[in-house]
Amino acid sequence: MIYLDHNATTPLHPAVFRAMEPYMREQFGNASSSYRLGRSAKSALEASRKSIAGCLGAQPDEIVFTGGGTESDNIAIRGVAHALRSKGNHVITSHIEHHAVLNTCQDLEREGFRVTYLPVDSGGQINPDDVRSHIGAETILITVMLANNETGVIQPLSEVGKIAREEQIIFHTDAVQAVGKIPVDVNELSVDLLSLSGHKFYGPKGVGALYVRRNTPINPPFTGGHHERNIRPGTENVPGIVGLAEALLLATGSLPEVAQKLTGLRQRFEATVLRKINGVQINGRSAPRVHNTSNMSFQSIEGESILLHLDLKGIYASSGSACSTDSPEPSHVLVAMGVPAGTAQGTIRFSLGKDNTDDQIDYVMEALMEITARLREISSVRDK
Amino acid sequence: MKMQGGRVSGKNRGRFIMEKRTGNWQDLYRKEREEEPKLPEGPILFYNDLVIDHFTNPRNVGEISDSDGYALVGDPSCGDQMKLWIKVKKKKISEIKFRSFGCPGAIATSSMVTQLALGKTIDEAKRLTDDDVISALGGIPENKKHCSLMGINALLAAIADYEEKRGRANPREEEL
Repeated sequence: MIYLDHNATTPLHPAVFRAMEPYMREQFGNASSSYRLGRSAKSALEASRKSIAGCLGAQPDEIVFTGGGTESDNIAIRGVAHALRSKGNHVITSHIEHHAVLNTCQDLEREGFRVTYLPVDSGGQINPDDVRSHIGAETILITVMLANNETGVIQPLSEVGKIAREEQIIFHTDAVQAVGKIPVDVNELSVDLLSLSGHKFYGPKGVGALYVRRNTPINPPFTGGHHERNIRPGTENVPGIVGLAEALLLATGSLPEVAQKLTGLRQRFEATVLRKINGVQINGRSAPRVHNTSNMSFQSIEGESILLHLDLKGIYASSGSACSTDSPEPSHVLVAMGVPAGTAQGTIRFSLGKDNTDDQIDYVMEALMEITARLREISSVRDK
Repeated sequence: MKMQGGRVSGKNRGRFIMEKRTGNWQDLYRKEREEEPKLPEGPILFYNDLVIDHFTNPRNVGEISDSDGYALVGDPSCGDQMKLWIKVKKKKISEIKFRSFGCPGAIATSSMVTQLALGKTIDEAKRLTDDDVISALGGIPENKKHCSLMGINALLAAIADYEEKRGRANPREEEL
């Protein structure tokens, strides 16, 4: 098996599992209980909070544990919009956000908010000047992702952050695809809120965090007990949180070497694909990208067919679009970048991980050459 | 032993009632979770072996340079496209070739359409439906059923092209 879908999820790091294990066994206490068993759970919870804050340049009391990236995005966007409703009704986001953000913003539109979706250039980046020009008296929130899940393209957030600061507008980023892959510092980015998810960097699924800068107005979407500063009530997932913290420590610790390794691996992969296969374009290649992601469009063949052939050869990747009942819609990210719909249909996202090897990439290369030749032989669209 | 429960109507409406079970039924749930993934009952979500076979080894791929009928349906920007050529001898489809751009469902159903149509009379071929294609493949995933329509549409369009050309060449043949 060759797993090249690390932007979808990652395997649990064995050291993370070891760190979590005691909290699933003997240290099973509820962190809200006052007896000793509860206190040790609480102490692990707070130590995890502190270490996660440390990895992000935040204060421990600014970290709120959640059930994952989607939940963090929802709490941030709905929470701020609802808290500031009396102040204004305008939200700025981008066309290339994850559906956790896009669909939440669309929900706000149904509630009467006005949402501006910023365009991106052909490299997949927003222009910070666009943010400034769309800010009005009614603007209460800017939410722009840090790294795109499909292309890996990194957005110029520090500049957006500066603008948000000058204009005193709350700024959230969905950093789910960036944390653990590039250094992330909440103050360098000038963000007020930042979403992250454990299973994207070898941590457990179902646990994430939301960084909430002190004094950020937020109207929590859930009601319950007094956990997580009332922002996310519910008994804390202590084993998951301990795993999240350990995974982030490991990822930040090994970041330079993993980044270097994967940069080399991807460089060789992309160069070989471009040399050996005709009619391929790599989307977002001209922009800064996280080091593990490669989004390739193969002319005149369709992505799902490539994926199934890869699957039959034991290679796991993902396609930007899925052909389904009504209209097989090409990826909204690629469409926003101006990739023609026909080209976008033939797109595969490869996302590498720390354990991928040169030999695996060689095998994938061979497979891709064979698959593209085969599908092009069948294809009704002839090469130009 | 059955594991299915069911929703009930009447007084217990909305309550989920388990059928009477014996033995260590919890283990059956565990076993099911740990088993190799299998095709679920109900709507088919995955491709079966025959579909995979037609996808990996599609029949009748190619073009016919001196075809009697030709059709182009679909559009790559919408996800799929098919070109189909037929050759007709003694009112039978004596040769058929296709090229398709599309998902595995589109390629497999294209291939099956050509296999079903080959050797059939024009009248028989005209009566082929997308359901025939799907059942010949032993079923395809629910959300891929529209794919089989492309193949049938291409076949009908190629036949129409053949009939139109024949009509033009022998305007009185229809009456004979």
